[in-house]
Amino acid sequence: MSVLDSKIPVGPIDKKWSDHKNHIRLVNPANKRNIDIIVVGTGLAGGAASASLAELGYNVKAFCFQDSPRRAHSIAAQGGINAAKNYQGDGDSIFRLFYDTIKGGDYRSREANVHRLAEVSVNIIDQCVAQGVPFAREYGGLLDNRSFGGAQVSRTFYAKGQTGQQLLLGAYSAMSRQIGKGKIKMYSRHEMQNLVIVDGKARGIIARNIVTGKLERFSAHAVVIASGGYGNVFFLSTNAMGSNVTAAWRIHRKGAFFANPCYTQIHPTCIPVSGEHQSKLTLMSESLRNDGRIWVPKNLEDAEAIRKGTMKATDLKEEDRDYYLERRYPAFGNLVPRDVASRAAKERCDAGFGVNATGEAVYLDFATSIERYGREKAMTSNLANASQETILELGREVVKAKYGNLFQMYYKIVDDNPYDMPMMIYPAVHYTMGGVWVDYNLMTTIPGCYATGEANFSDHGANRLGASALMQGLADGYFVLPYTIADYLADDIRTGTISTELPEFSAAENEIQERNSSLLSIQGAKTVDHFHRRLGKVMWDKVGMSRDEEGLKWAIAEIQKIRAEFYSNVRIPGIADEFNPELDKANRVADFLELGELMAIDALNRTESCGGHFREESQTPDGEAKRNDSDFAYVAAWEYSGNVSEPTLHKEELVFENIKLVERNYK
Amino acid sequence: MKLTLKIWRQKGPNDKGQMVTYPVDNISGDMSFLEMLDVLNEQLIETGDSPIAFDHDCREGICGSCSLYINGEAHGPDRAVTTCQLHMRKFHDGETIYIEPWRAKAFPVIKDLVVDRSAFDRIMAAGGFISVNTSGNTIDANTIPIPKQDADAAFEAATCIGCGACVATCKNSSAMLFVSAKVSQLSLLPQGKVEAKERVLNMVNRMDEEGFGNCTNTGACEVECPKEISLENIARMNREYFKAALSAE
Repeated sequence: MSVLDSKIPVGPIDKKWSDHKNHIRLVNPANKRNIDIIVVGTGLAGGAASASLAELGYNVKAFCFQDSPRRAHSIAAQGGINAAKNYQGDGDSIFRLFYDTIKGGDYRSREANVHRLAEVSVNIIDQCVAQGVPFAREYGGLLDNRSFGGAQVSRTFYAKGQTGQQLLLGAYSAMSRQIGKGKIKMYSRHEMQNLVIVDGKARGIIARNIVTGKLERFSAHAVVIASGGYGNVFFLSTNAMGSNVTAAWRIHRKGAFFANPCYTQIHPTCIPVSGEHQSKLTLMSESLRNDGRIWVPKNLEDAEAIRKGTMKATDLKEEDRDYYLERRYPAFGNLVPRDVASRAAKERCDAGFGVNATGEAVYLDFATSIERYGREKAMTSNLANASQETILELGREVVKAKYGNLFQMYYKIVDDNPYDMPMMIYPAVHYTMGGVWVDYNLMTTIPGCYATGEANFSDHGANRLGASALMQGLADGYFVLPYTIADYLADDIRTGTISTELPEFSAAENEIQERNSSLLSIQGAKTVDHFHRRLGKVMWDKVGMSRDEEGLKWAIAEIQKIRAEFYSNVRIPGIADEFNPELDKANRVADFLELGELMAIDALNRTESCGGHFREESQTPDGEAKRNDSDFAYVAAWEYSGNVSEPTLHKEELVFENIKLVERNYK
Repeated sequence: MKLTLKIWRQKGPNDKGQMVTYPVDNISGDMSFLEMLDVLNEQLIETGDSPIAFDHDCREGICGSCSLYINGEAHGPDRAVTTCQLHMRKFHDGETIYIEPWRAKAFPVIKDLVVDRSAFDRIMAAGGFISVNTSGNTIDANTIPIPKQDADAAFEAATCIGCGACVATCKNSSAMLFVSAKVSQLSLLPQGKVEAKERVLNMVNRMDEEGFGNCTNTGACEVECPKEISLENIARMNREYFKAALSAE
């Protein structure tokens, strides 16, 4: 019997959540006023949780390292949010969303959690519209939808290419309302550095005030970690510069298990790397694959000529192009899930068909759509005899209305006009499905410590489908955690305020104080970024899109080496008690240097391929990921043993009662 | 490219601050402005100097963290971009670039190029929301059809990223563009009309209390706004404000 108890309710899958809600304990309104909750992170998961918990009557202390809660990285999500509304009448249902998500995750997620997610997805849209989120609408005034990868229905709600922004600002608005009422105390420019555990329960945090540099103590009856994912372990990713694993990692070191760390999502459509100076990568939304066709030249000579600059994409005739996704996956075409699309791009580029100077780029071409939309528009505008030029002009306008901001972003970064010339794209690290292990109630293995959104591992298995991250963040924050946390807090109605003078708080603070001073005292020769870049390169090369035993073993040794060097040769300017962004960065990179090793250990342990985790040793004859359900249908939850290099593995078996495990097929 | 940077250095809120000159070399046109500053900071750290503090996060023009007054313009010479999306190809070899923080009474400097924009959060807390609890038990999202042009106009206003370029650009340090964008978004939607009156009064009052100046219609904010938020929003807010202020409750 595993030490892990996932607390999945019994009963039929579509009744689990409602039955569970009906039977867990509640905290009455008067008692909620006596209970404090800390929420770390103000993205969709944290912002939504803070707002909902405060509305319910709890006293919330919310933390973010940015200068305002509105800046959390959820804001950068572009494409959309899924919900099983079936407004299009195209056969969608809660079951289909559930099924698609389990299948998309390559059968490595928990059925009960995913079904709950699909159930509450419909409430999210209602809620957001009520909050004033300006989703895209059709001319009749009703909500518009589009398609995303891994689905054959249109269930994605969107606000141009800025859906994340609009949803986050909705959550931020709801938070602002509670901040105005004094129910949320907002601590911006504060970064969590340690968890305080009293009598075995999470009772507070130590946070660094980024402006003054002082360490501050905060107490609460429960602590919620909503600090996002750890994609920045790769140095280059689509994450924000400040996105980090620190809050999640520090609770891991205090006893929270870390689940499936090797499941990372490499997003197929990002702007390719242009040079050494690059600090981050920029995503081009998956929604573009609704209308963009992905291709590389069919002949190696053409690819070479393009790389040399003697030939342009538009010079190539139709029959000389290889629309490899449409060729390999006729049923889903350009809308295969992300992991499949990314690997297919890598396969073509590795085979020498890449199209930019580095050889690591493929085309995303809108010419067909521009023409198709132009023709439609000409018809509806009563221009039956429109010239080709007029048609293209009309088509460009339609595409601009749909994706204008993305095209503009591409133009600003690459200095090339995507209306005339196909975009160049390449996969980049985007999201991490792994994260802190949580039970059905979203509680970690530390009592009273919860994890929501991308910070936990629960819903996406080994690969996340597009437009599902926003769904999960808001579902956890608005509709799941506010219910489940009451069951735990029901025991705390008489506890009273937790004193920050307890010895556990001093000990947790001293630990960080000493850690920071020892980091500052190293005064070596290399910057924090130097180490981060080196770590990122190891991760990308060996723990990236494809992995094998030899590479992973090498990576583990190499990360240990970089980590040792970091602690002997890093140079952090300034002192602890001041505004010191380099010290903040050093703390984050120090944690990445430990997490990176755990990711490699996890990837080494999982000798099967599944979703975003592709082991070279485990593939079908035609190069698709090959799962091994008899040995690996489990969640790998790692316990910190005191030695980063020797974590203890705990397995949570995944039980599939409603969906049959089959080979994932998008052909 | 070889450049000369003249950068505002200020140790803390009470320090007087001054412009300091730094040469940088090997800057490529494909670098973003912030990546150019990364290069400088790496040099400064390696030579034992203190790096330049500046706010930044997403580096794709959406979080609103980055700021910087570059050669006398908020977010620099390019239009419709934030500093993180401004690329060095907009500058030429040998150029001298002046870099300063946002300057406004309501945005005190924290360090170097970092300012405190929490006044924006306080204006939002005064009324930048629709008072609906997140129960999930609201009406179905398609119950109220919203004309596409209203939804689109609300969306355009809602794309404001709260960076503060409008305030920094305005000779009066007015926050009218920022406030009016939120007021417009919510008053254009049926869901937000219910409390439109209180909202505009509360937000404008708070804006005044925070020490932002008045609008004198120079329109500079619209020009420098990285999201091209329209001046029409200010006109709409003024209408809303007068309506609210003149109608007795």
